[in-house]
Amino acid sequence: MDESQDKPAVSVKAMEIAVAALFLVFGSVVSWDSHRLGSTWGSDGPQAGYFPFYIGLIIIVCSLITLGQAFVAAANNPFVLRGQLKMVTLVMLPTLVYVAVIHWLGIYVASAIYIALFMWWLGKYSWIKFVSVSVGVNVAFFLMFEIWFKVPLPKGPLEAALGLN
Amino acid sequence: MAEIHSLMQGFSVALTPFNLGLMMVGIILGVIIGVLPGLGGANGVAILLPLTFSMNPTSAIIMLSCIYWGALFGGAITSILFNIPGEPWSVATTFDGYPLGQKGRAGTALTAAFTSSFVGALVGVLLITFLSPVIARFALRFGPPEYFSVYLLTFCAFVGMSKGSPFKTIMSMMMGFALAAVGLDTVTGQLRMTFGFTELLKGFDFLIAVIGLFGIGEILLTIEEGLEFKGANAKLDMRVVIDTWKELPKYWKTSIRSAAVGCFMGIVPGGATPASFMSYGIAKKMSRDGDKFGTGMVEGVVAPETAAHAAGTSALLPMLTLGVPGSPTAAVLLGGLLIWGLQPGPMLFAEKPDFVWGLIASMYLGNIAGLIVVLTCVPLFAAILRIPFSIIAPVIMVICAIGAYTVHSSMFDVWLMCVFGIMGYVFKKLDYPLAPLVLALVLGDRAEDAFRQSMLASQGDMRILFSNSLVGSITSLAFLLLFWPLISKALELLRGRRGLPSG
Repeated sequence: MDESQDKPAVSVKAMEIAVAALFLVFGSVVSWDSHRLGSTWGSDGPQAGYFPFYIGLIIIVCSLITLGQAFVAAANNPFVLRGQLKMVTLVMLPTLVYVAVIHWLGIYVASAIYIALFMWWLGKYSWIKFVSVSVGVNVAFFLMFEIWFKVPLPKGPLEAALGLN
Repeated sequence: MAEIHSLMQGFSVALTPFNLGLMMVGIILGVIIGVLPGLGGANGVAILLPLTFSMNPTSAIIMLSCIYWGALFGGAITSILFNIPGEPWSVATTFDGYPLGQKGRAGTALTAAFTSSFVGALVGVLLITFLSPVIARFALRFGPPEYFSVYLLTFCAFVGMSKGSPFKTIMSMMMGFALAAVGLDTVTGQLRMTFGFTELLKGFDFLIAVIGLFGIGEILLTIEEGLEFKGANAKLDMRVVIDTWKELPKYWKTSIRSAAVGCFMGIVPGGATPASFMSYGIAKKMSRDGDKFGTGMVEGVVAPETAAHAAGTSALLPMLTLGVPGSPTAAVLLGGLLIWGLQPGPMLFAEKPDFVWGLIASMYLGNIAGLIVVLTCVPLFAAILRIPFSIIAPVIMVICAIGAYTVHSSMFDVWLMCVFGIMGYVFKKLDYPLAPLVLALVLGDRAEDAFRQSMLASQGDMRILFSNSLVGSITSLAFLLLFWPLISKALELLRGRRGLPSG
């Protein structure tokens, strides 16, 4: 790993502030929507927003406190190093692509491609190994879910072509 | 001795070949789940839950609870051999377990860990057997205000017992409540916080949250650390086992103390993790060799393991009797009960005795089976850990995705799982606790219903939470626990000395 990989990508302080701020937004949205629905006492009892309104308020108060604490006291040490962030992104991005691909190819084919790519990219395995593992695992999943437990999972053109739908 | 009679009936339910088979499957799956990074008791059970929808509930819960026991056992293997706590409650086991392994006494450490786990669980199950019918009978008198105060107690305990910032605990918990409120409000029929998205109509399912937060989040954390497994050799021959068993009775005091701490912490929702730390701390303070703790003392393995397993087991007591789970895994099991159409709580004991006592009997059998399985199969499980991470990680991701999909057969849930995964990663790194979020998500609707009904009964007067001695004392206890950090600090100042060092 070269030098630049050990540099911090984000500081803990920045992340603390960002997350507390997001909580503040979240709490405000919850309270605002509950207020819209009615957060008081209706003719027949508490209205729909009665309970969540206060939940939202508590989130707002606590996030303000945490925000204050983060500004004053949070350490400036790294939240994540560049190299680490790169690794996490390298895993998370393909995973998001994988989930998107399930829509078109079905879960089995998408999973096989995902496992194979992962092994090839991060594990540097030979193609015999990644093909056998990825296909084997997914055939096992297919047998387990579709046949043994009879839980249908999303299927795509390959399963249609093989008449397995 | 009505309990003994009921228990015998329970054994007759649990002791069918089919259920015994499921028990073994559950234990083995559980240990594997406990050993693998990214899969733990909570999300392991969450992923497998949809597969059991078609089974009969008794068999299903037997299998799922055995996964839980297996995961409890499995955590110790990784702690001792690899210094990687597979589960949060086995962190304290690494303190003395790993040094023991390094000294070439891994077998001793493993035997001690498994045996004490078993002892802890046994004490927990005994407690459940004899205490739960009593509590269930008592809880029959509970009305909405009492239930709300019990929920309050649960959540206040989390805040009071948390090690980090109490505000972060509250934020994470309230987020759970807010997410639980999303969707169709069953009382008024109004849509809450859906903002026009039809996918949000049915709200957020806690199973998706559990799979994302604990599964994907954990994988991301592991990847970041760039895992390399450097483990001690795992061999367990019978001679080591028997030698260790001869040594263990020496620590009976530690065992009893740890089991008591564990049971208490399991019932008061704090869970297995603080119980294991607390018990380790106490053992260190009380032991004659206290200063040698951390260098590889068998006693230092016995204490946290007994407590963790006792807590993990007794966490099911409030889940069964009151419908209030003491740990995330218990929360997932509770979710399972609801899906199978069983209402956890005092009526369960009256209406479904077969189910309840079958489950309790299976706890005895499951832990015996678990002990045998782990003692005989350690090398196998250690071998799983040697499978390179670049194979394990994508397979676990795929399992999580399939698990999330099967809950409602919805792709939207798989996307949600990814969001929860990133959230889990960030929360973990910033010390936002995840367990309160999950528990609030599970209990949100029930807590809100109890609150609304109480408010209806009192026409909006909060004093209903102190309206009689029962509800009043539960509510007071809740506030006591909520402000416990402040109270204990005040007591320390008054006495002018410091409290127990933790860990």
